[in-house]
Amino acid sequence: MYAIEVDNVTKIYGKGDTAVTAISHASFQVRPGELVAILGPSGSGKTTLLTAIGLINEPTHGRIIVDGVTVADGGWVPGLDLKRMRREKLGFIFQAHNLIPFLTALENVMVALEINNFPSGEAKGRAEQLLKSLNLGQRLGSYPMALSGGEAQRVAIARALANKPRVILADEPTAALDTENGKNVMALLKSLAVENHSAILVVTHDHRMVEGFDRIFEVRDGSIIRETCGAG
Amino acid sequence: MNLAIRDIRFHRGRFILTSIGLGLLLGVVMSMGGIYRGLFADALAVLHCTKADLWVVQKDTNGPFAESSRIPEDIKYRIKSVPGVAEASPLSFQTIQIERAGNPFRFFLIGYDLGGIGGPPAILAGRNIRQKHYEMVVAKAMKMALGEKIRLGLHEYTVVGITGKVVSSSGDPAAYVSLADAQEIQFKKDNDAIRNNRERVAADLDRLENLTQSQAQFLKKNVSDLTESTHTVNTVVARLAPGAGLHEVQQRIERWNHYRAISEEGQTKILTKGMIEKARMQLGLFRVILLVISAVIISLIIYTSTLDKIRVIATLKLIGSQNRVIVGMILQQSLLMGVIAYAVGYALISLTYEKFPRRIVLEAFDLQVLFAIVVVICTVSSFVGIRKALKVEPAEALGG
Repeated sequence: MYAIEVDNVTKIYGKGDTAVTAISHASFQVRPGELVAILGPSGSGKTTLLTAIGLINEPTHGRIIVDGVTVADGGWVPGLDLKRMRREKLGFIFQAHNLIPFLTALENVMVALEINNFPSGEAKGRAEQLLKSLNLGQRLGSYPMALSGGEAQRVAIARALANKPRVILADEPTAALDTENGKNVMALLKSLAVENHSAILVVTHDHRMVEGFDRIFEVRDGSIIRETCGAG
Repeated sequence: MNLAIRDIRFHRGRFILTSIGLGLLLGVVMSMGGIYRGLFADALAVLHCTKADLWVVQKDTNGPFAESSRIPEDIKYRIKSVPGVAEASPLSFQTIQIERAGNPFRFFLIGYDLGGIGGPPAILAGRNIRQKHYEMVVAKAMKMALGEKIRLGLHEYTVVGITGKVVSSSGDPAAYVSLADAQEIQFKKDNDAIRNNRERVAADLDRLENLTQSQAQFLKKNVSDLTESTHTVNTVVARLAPGAGLHEVQQRIERWNHYRAISEEGQTKILTKGMIEKARMQLGLFRVILLVISAVIISLIIYTSTLDKIRVIATLKLIGSQNRVIVGMILQQSLLMGVIAYAVGYALISLTYEKFPRRIVLEAFDLQVLFAIVVVICTVSSFVGIRKALKVEPAEALGG
């Protein structure tokens, strides 16, 4: 079973003469444990594709299946609890890490667990364990502003992983990092995909980072123009 | 994990300063309520100290506080003789403003029959008035020392006792002298005026040719006695005998057609409804305006604080947070701000209310109602922020 199935998905903004096609007939699948990139320049539609899979942006046509659950079939499937799906099945990593500034590193991870109704004690234990596994054991009580870019992104990864999601969606996770930190993050994502058997879909325009991916989909003007196998 | 508390902890400086600012505003609202209650307490202070059942005043007047009332002193004997009246005493009231140590010195002078009704309620220092003349008991608020002398009219008066917080309806502290002294201060003409008056009366009588010399002498003396008499009072207060009917006694006194007998309840109504109604409305309106300002400030603070957290809210939504988590965060912050501001306001007013020039009376009921209003304001004000937060799209968390 695929972790992500995108079948002939189209997203059109606006109507009539002002209609803009952001994604056009995109189709691909991602297996559990796979690290896949969607590569393309700004405005190519890669983030729109990510947000459609992330249950944020409703596709106009086509079908999306996440972890065996059909979430969109010519629009959202009626009666589907999108928030719950996001909580339980998906993990998000952002370009600017998007850590909550008034929470410590530990609390930033805990909050994702508590939203999923984990008891506070259990959430704390699990968050601590996760952060220590990402070499952030010394930074548990630090606020995001006191963390380096690489540390903050690792906390964000820990938050995304906290709930052991089947799918992790990353939006330009290395864009705010230098090359070395960016490569470290990519290596971390690769190892997590294998260890946790999660599908990781990364949107990026950064050609420096393509080495570690299992597969790469290149997007231009809303269409997937090429699929290549990466060095990963 | 309580996100509201975590946010406040992180931005504690800003939160505390905002709460203190709001607390000062609520402190003013509390003081307004206290001034309002103080107006009542001041207006009724003399009434309550006197503990009279009836206030006999000039006919067709609302005296002696709300309107001028002048009645002869000897009416007290007729009132004492009314069935059902146990005690009756004349009282004189006047506001005096003199110069003391280069500053205006204003007080409310009460003249009473020594041993009768209406004297100082309690002596905190010194003693009560014993001599019929030139002694006075002053309220503590007048800040006069025992033995200190003060010139009123033609004579000097010595402070022999200090009493508690008795004030006039306009908040001036009260001083007590004997009725005879008070009448002299209020009604006694100066010597030049007396001489002029006597000359004028004599000249008028001399022009009447058909008066004999002895008749003219008799008339001169009687007219002078009448015009120079100080035996006038502002009211005669009465206490009823146990079991006496207030209404019957009141009717009996009024049947004489020259006087009005006002019950304590009636006098309370005149003082509260008539004299301080406008001040009450003014203060009430001012309180409402301040509460509206507080509501606007809280709304603005919560709204701008929500705007600051748009990305946080979007991130929370994106990771699947329920709306109640976000609503709870905003609502709790708003309520916490209100509660802390209320505590600041309460602490402020509790520490300062005794230093206000006019009496501030803080009543538990008023404070509880204000607390409930603050909670309602904070809840309603947070809706502005909540509305904004609920409109935030999870997609706003994406991008650089």
